[in-house]
Amino acid sequence: MKIALPVTSDKVEDQMNRTFGRAPKFMIYETQTDAFEMVDNAQNLNAAQGAGTQSAQNVASSGAKAIICKNCGPNAYQVLTAAGIEIYIAESGTVKENIEKFKKGELKSSSSANVEGHWL
Amino acid sequence: MKLAVASGKGGTGKTTLSVAIAKTFDGPVQLLDCDVEEPNSHIFLKLENKIIEKVNVPVPVIDLEKCTHCGKCAEICEFNAIISFGGTTTMVFPDLCHSCGGCELVCPEGAITEKPEEIGELTKCNLGNIKFLEGKLKIGKAMSPPIIRAVKNAAEDELFTVIDSPPGTSCPMIAAVHDADYVLLVTEPTPFGLNDLILAVETVRDMKISFSVAINRFDVGDDRVEKYCEKEGIEISLKIPDSRKVAVAYSKGISLDEVMPEVKTDIRKFLKSIESSGRQS
Amino acid sequence: MKEIVVISGKGGTGKTSITSCFAALAKNSVFADCDVDAADLHLILSPDIKEKNDFISGHLAEIDESKCTGCGKCFELCRFDAVKKVGDKFEIEESLCEGCGVCVHFCPEKAIDFPDRNCGKWFISDTRHGPMVHAKLGIGAENSGRLVSLVRKEAREIAVKRNSEYLIVDGPPGIGCPVIASLTGSDAVVAVTEPTISGKHDFERVAKLAAHFGISLFVIVNKWDINPEMTEEIEKVAKGGGAKVLGRIRYDKKVTEAQISGISVVETGDLNSEIVKEMISIWENLTEKMR
Repeated sequence: MKIALPVTSDKVEDQMNRTFGRAPKFMIYETQTDAFEMVDNAQNLNAAQGAGTQSAQNVASSGAKAIICKNCGPNAYQVLTAAGIEIYIAESGTVKENIEKFKKGELKSSSSANVEGHWL
Repeated sequence: MKLAVASGKGGTGKTTLSVAIAKTFDGPVQLLDCDVEEPNSHIFLKLENKIIEKVNVPVPVIDLEKCTHCGKCAEICEFNAIISFGGTTTMVFPDLCHSCGGCELVCPEGAITEKPEEIGELTKCNLGNIKFLEGKLKIGKAMSPPIIRAVKNAAEDELFTVIDSPPGTSCPMIAAVHDADYVLLVTEPTPFGLNDLILAVETVRDMKISFSVAINRFDVGDDRVEKYCEKEGIEISLKIPDSRKVAVAYSKGISLDEVMPEVKTDIRKFLKSIESSGRQS
Repeated sequence: MKEIVVISGKGGTGKTSITSCFAALAKNSVFADCDVDAADLHLILSPDIKEKNDFISGHLAEIDESKCTGCGKCFELCRFDAVKKVGDKFEIEESLCEGCGVCVHFCPEKAIDFPDRNCGKWFISDTRHGPMVHAKLGIGAENSGRLVSLVRKEAREIAVKRNSEYLIVDGPPGIGCPVIASLTGSDAVVAVTEPTISGKHDFERVAKLAAHFGISLFVIVNKWDINPEMTEEIEKVAKGGGAKVLGRIRYDKKVTEAQISGISVVETGDLNSEIVKEMISIWENLTEKMR
């Protein structure tokens, strides 16, 4: 299964990106094979608004069925839900750590946005 | 003629002066309250028989029967207000929409139409010789310029018009001031007042509109604003003294011309001086 | 680390004067001036700029005169009155351009460029009280709240890194995008108002905005002695809405005198004056209630 994570680099040992909408990249990780591909999200670093919706669109188009992130705002949440993508909340940690937690079922899935919309 | 009363800094006396000018003017006059986030001029006018209309902006509606999820609407949207993915899903986020109309124009299936989204209210009222129009932004809505444009569109072109503008120098102030023939910049003689006045002067000069300065509470603070105006060759049209009596009256909703009638002479002099003003070339 | 945001609704109530007092009284704190449209906090904090950055946001339409045939399609389509006729061709009025790209897309000659828009600058500075992040929005630039968010984010990062006790934010006036961007996710929002009908009216709108976002307010009535009855009315309305009254500050010319000297009134060394005592009491009250 493909999971998306907001990241700043392509190294699984690095920390996940703190935000979703303004993450420079998404790592689309295949849990079966542990292979991954990168989706560039840089266009949203400069977007005046709507980074959440646009980033969610990028994730939805990637084929990911779930996302692990720290914060998810209301607009992004709407798009991800419409795309049938499960949202898992992780406070911090590296990509590797969170994938392990996900595989073990230790991550909680979110039933609503956990932060308000904002511009950054 | 359109006279915009603006400032860089908030709380300098824009509304105070806008109301006093409208009430002093001899003849039919229009007062537009374009400080749509916090409109206050109505507090100083005893308005009755107000007509209140909703102000709407057009936001897209997608006919999902016609939509092929080609994504062209999402592509053209600069504000990420439309999302389309997977060839299966297209969604609109009205709060992010700037109502530019691009999505409707670009849709190859004609699947997008527009529906009105309420963003605030327009209040109309006549008080003697004053035709009053006020825009008010709905709380929680983010953008002022569409309501300011609605106020302008509802106004009459032929009347002498006083525009009570929002503070600052960004998009709301520009929307209120850009079509004015003259701008009166209101300031106070303090470091904050001068700092923000300089920003406002830069903005008005950029818009190439004739302007002058009104110094409110001119005897509190120091002379830095006067020195700046002298250096820049900016005329000081009005100087209003600090007065606890005026402050108390203001706090009770009593307008400046009523508590300090002598200001009407100065206002009339100012109005006469700008009669022939138009835009700088 | 706790974030305190000072807003007002109505302009000119004394937000910046009070924020500068908080800055002087707080130990180990970081400051942010989010009134990016008409920033004044720097006039009291005298920042020593260490880092300067451009704020790039959105795009601006620019017509290439050499390619323009004067067909007027852009003029027809622009909903923001940003296209003006100059001779037999057209030009974009920069301050009115919304950056929507419609004219760019539909110009039959592809004569319109759409470069990134430089909307202003933001700075990281040192001050006598601690680090400060501030910004200057360009003339007529869009004030979407993104620059506000950026200033807050940068300030928050510095505060977390330094293990600061507080991040104190001088907020913008009004209730629009910039204010919304300054409130979300903060720990305490302090609304400064004045005892006038206008002040009460604007405070009510700010209170509704805070309620809309589920944020509880602290309230200060500044220059309260101008109208004690109105002060009580506002405090009553505030409490009725669930806000906590922090205290009252009197009208005192000492505040303006201090401003002219480039300091906050609590730094004048006049610890016996009522106004200084009031400011200190309010700060202590706020930090106490935030614990």
